[in-house]
Amino acid sequence: MAVKIMIPTPLRVFTGKRDSAEFSAATVGEALGNLTTEFGELRKHLYTDDGKLRAFVNVYLNDEDIRYLAKENTPTKDGDTISIVPSIAGGSAGNAN
Amino acid sequence: MPDGPVLWISNHLADKIRAHGVETYPHECCGALLGKDHGFAAGAEPKVENHGISREVLGLFPLVNRRDDSPRNRFSVTADDVREAEKAASAQGFDVIGWYHSHPDHPARPSDYDRDHAWPWYSYIIVSVQQRVAQDMTSWRLNDDREAFSAEGIEVRHRAAV
Repeated sequence: MAVKIMIPTPLRVFTGKRDSAEFSAATVGEALGNLTTEFGELRKHLYTDDGKLRAFVNVYLNDEDIRYLAKENTPTKDGDTISIVPSIAGGSAGNAN
Repeated sequence: MPDGPVLWISNHLADKIRAHGVETYPHECCGALLGKDHGFAAGAEPKVENHGISREVLGLFPLVNRRDDSPRNRFSVTADDVREAEKAASAQGFDVIGWYHSHPDHPARPSDYDRDHAWPWYSYIIVSVQQRVAQDMTSWRLNDDREAFSAEGIEVRHRAAV
């Protein structure tokens, strides 16, 4: 089953400027795993050291946020589109208060 | 030609970023940098025909800081905000090439929190606002290994000069 992953601009430097890639995968997690296997430098930007998706990495399956589906276990079907959308955060030094 | 990437921004837009930081003081302001990137990779050699400029900021997309809990030292832009900024950029023939935010009563240097939450490739402009007065403005890009930011030169000048 081929699913298409849309790659956001800041990560295209690691995909040879490609804005999308297609993989066979039964779940969103498997598709992202295939993506980071093919483009290894993406991994540290998408996942923490303990293998969890970073908090500011948002993943949508056909416009549905996978946090509200089955997260990375969300099943995919042929023709689905997965989008990786950044959220942005930061702030000055010091404790949040 | 300066070493490393240089971000070009007009006086007018640089002033708008400073004004946004003053307006939201003592809270952090934030927004998207819309423009064009002339060299794809961080650290790529700027092309001679672009006068040593690797990126140009040609518009801003000011955003609301979504951090209600600690807006004095944190900012947050949601995925929906990012999509809106990308639409606004695309409508003008630009890309979202980075983000700006203010550091109220802190220097214009990225914090560990900034680094932990940064994306590669984007330019991150920081303006320091001290006691409601805008001070230094700097720009940074996250290194590919995520271990640190590298300073990005900012060239501020009148639009007509390019």
